[in-house]
Amino acid sequence: MDLLKWGRDPWGEWVLTHISWSLFWGSLFAGILFFVAHASYVFLSAHHKRAATETDALEARYKNLPTKIPRHSLVARLFHWVMAAAMFVLLFTAFLPIVGVQFPWVTWHWIAGLVLTASIVFHIIHASFWLDFWSIWVGPKDIPEFKAEILRELGHDVPGPKPGKYPLGNRLYHLAIVVAGFLVVGTGMFMMVRVRTPLFARNPYLFRDSTWGWTYVGHGLAGVGLVGLVIAHVYFAVRPDKWWITKSMIFGWITRRQYLEHHEPSRWAVAGTSTSTSTSPTKPSERV
Amino acid sequence: MAVIRDVIPAFELFQPATIDDAVRLLDQHGAEAWVLAGGLDSMDWLKDRIKRPKYVVDLSQIKELRGIKEANGGLEIGAMTPLTEVVHHPVVRDKFGLLMQAAELVASPQIRNQGTIGGNVTQDTRCWYYRGGWNCYRAGGNTCYADTPTAVNREHAIFDADRCVAVTPSDTAPALVALDAQMVIRGSRGERVVPAEQYFIGPGIDITRMTALKPGELLTAIRIPATWAGAQFYFEKVRDRQVWDFPLVNVASAIKPDGGNIGSARIVVGAVSCVPRRLTAVEAAIAGKPRNEETADMGGKMAIEGAQPLRYNGYKLPLMRNLVKRAIRGSEGGTWTS
Repeated sequence: MDLLKWGRDPWGEWVLTHISWSLFWGSLFAGILFFVAHASYVFLSAHHKRAATETDALEARYKNLPTKIPRHSLVARLFHWVMAAAMFVLLFTAFLPIVGVQFPWVTWHWIAGLVLTASIVFHIIHASFWLDFWSIWVGPKDIPEFKAEILRELGHDVPGPKPGKYPLGNRLYHLAIVVAGFLVVGTGMFMMVRVRTPLFARNPYLFRDSTWGWTYVGHGLAGVGLVGLVIAHVYFAVRPDKWWITKSMIFGWITRRQYLEHHEPSRWAVAGTSTSTSTSPTKPSERV
Repeated sequence: MAVIRDVIPAFELFQPATIDDAVRLLDQHGAEAWVLAGGLDSMDWLKDRIKRPKYVVDLSQIKELRGIKEANGGLEIGAMTPLTEVVHHPVVRDKFGLLMQAAELVASPQIRNQGTIGGNVTQDTRCWYYRGGWNCYRAGGNTCYADTPTAVNREHAIFDADRCVAVTPSDTAPALVALDAQMVIRGSRGERVVPAEQYFIGPGIDITRMTALKPGELLTAIRIPATWAGAQFYFEKVRDRQVWDFPLVNVASAIKPDGGNIGSARIVVGAVSCVPRRLTAVEAAIAGKPRNEETADMGGKMAIEGAQPLRYNGYKLPLMRNLVKRAIRGSEGGTWTS
């Protein structure tokens, strides 16, 4: 089975043209397999949650915290849902024809692609100047948290460390989405010069055939990768134990108890933590 | 680079005697099977070695696919009925002269003797980049070589290009769309009937196919309802030479008069887009108006609205405008305008 499709260019040279659509089925299958495997593991395993007494103690300690902790601003939530809508339109218009649902998909696809691109550009600017840009990224500082998460998943009772604003899983997922998203948007913008739109003059000679082949392959790989990533995202969004995060993306806030149960106040400081009797260091400069 | 193309690559030939056997063979061999009707499109592909099927299913032995039957005031034409038989059939000539005119202008007498109506409507596009074996969108690649700044695209689309600019080459297709024909399709899942207007699909729907036929499916018959029987018909085909050529543009119209005016109309233009282009806006605009030069002129101008010519096919705009004008006005009189 060929995973990449080749063809001869007018000069007789073999060039890449596309990915094989069997990769789409592979990604779909991998996404569903992950969902089944993870759900089964969580259901059957000795997955450890933190003790309620630990959170009770924290609640007693941080009395000055408001009952609702703002987690996502209206602008951030709007970006998220616009991007989600664009992503679903992109995936459905790209892959429904592959599974046999045929309709004129190209125009819907590039319009959704432009919406996604604009929302990503907006997000980069918004996150750079109005949010704590580094709170979503992973780095060496997260190794103790990663180790603790793995041990907890394996049934060990491990105290701390807790994440800042974003759990480790969120940050790793964001990294994967950044890679796939930049690849799909970058290649997609160039591919737009090959279709008729009111925005660009068509120019199929912008690149040589082999470069176009890599562009199409990159777009395809990122696209099928996003199928699996979106399945994983939707799965976690609807899981009962993660519903509090999903709700915060709808309403913008989490409860004080959820904040103290799932987040480390020293890594994600909100108003109220610094005026408590806590001895934990806080960073008031961090923005919500 | 010289390419010697003297022998068709080997394939396994099947000659089923029934539609059921043919459908079973097509289902069994899927995308590796090739349907052979009259062979006039197929032989090009096979001799040029552009298409190399492993299995060829020849329909010539299936008697139930041939012949013309009257049904409910209309006709049912077997897909393997030769075009000559369509042209000479008395009911076609008497009630559905539009189809007779269109079929009579296909290629040459020899080709009409061998070519079938099913093959004529289902044939592949004549885009010479595609038929030359270039790895274009339609062939599974990622480029339309006919829609580049230096492409030779005199025969290509002026409407609805969606990455690919190939056009339908069929003469009978516009006539069948104008007559509200129904296409009967058989596959392993049974029979389905598709309006002729939906039988032809553009590149936006599926860039590798011209029709709604899926792998494993067979066009078995074409049903023409009585709806337009005896209407006033007009068919005109413009081509580079007067026999044995594909259309540069063709037009088919059926008009039912209402008093001194146009009652209802069907106008369909071929070879300007990937599918026969039905001019519904023009049909609506001319309904209730007198069938004269003024109405025809308005319809012709409306017909080309939204056209996007390529580098070498701008001539199709005045050609189409004038053909539509003549189709509305009728065959007598009038002048061409450039």
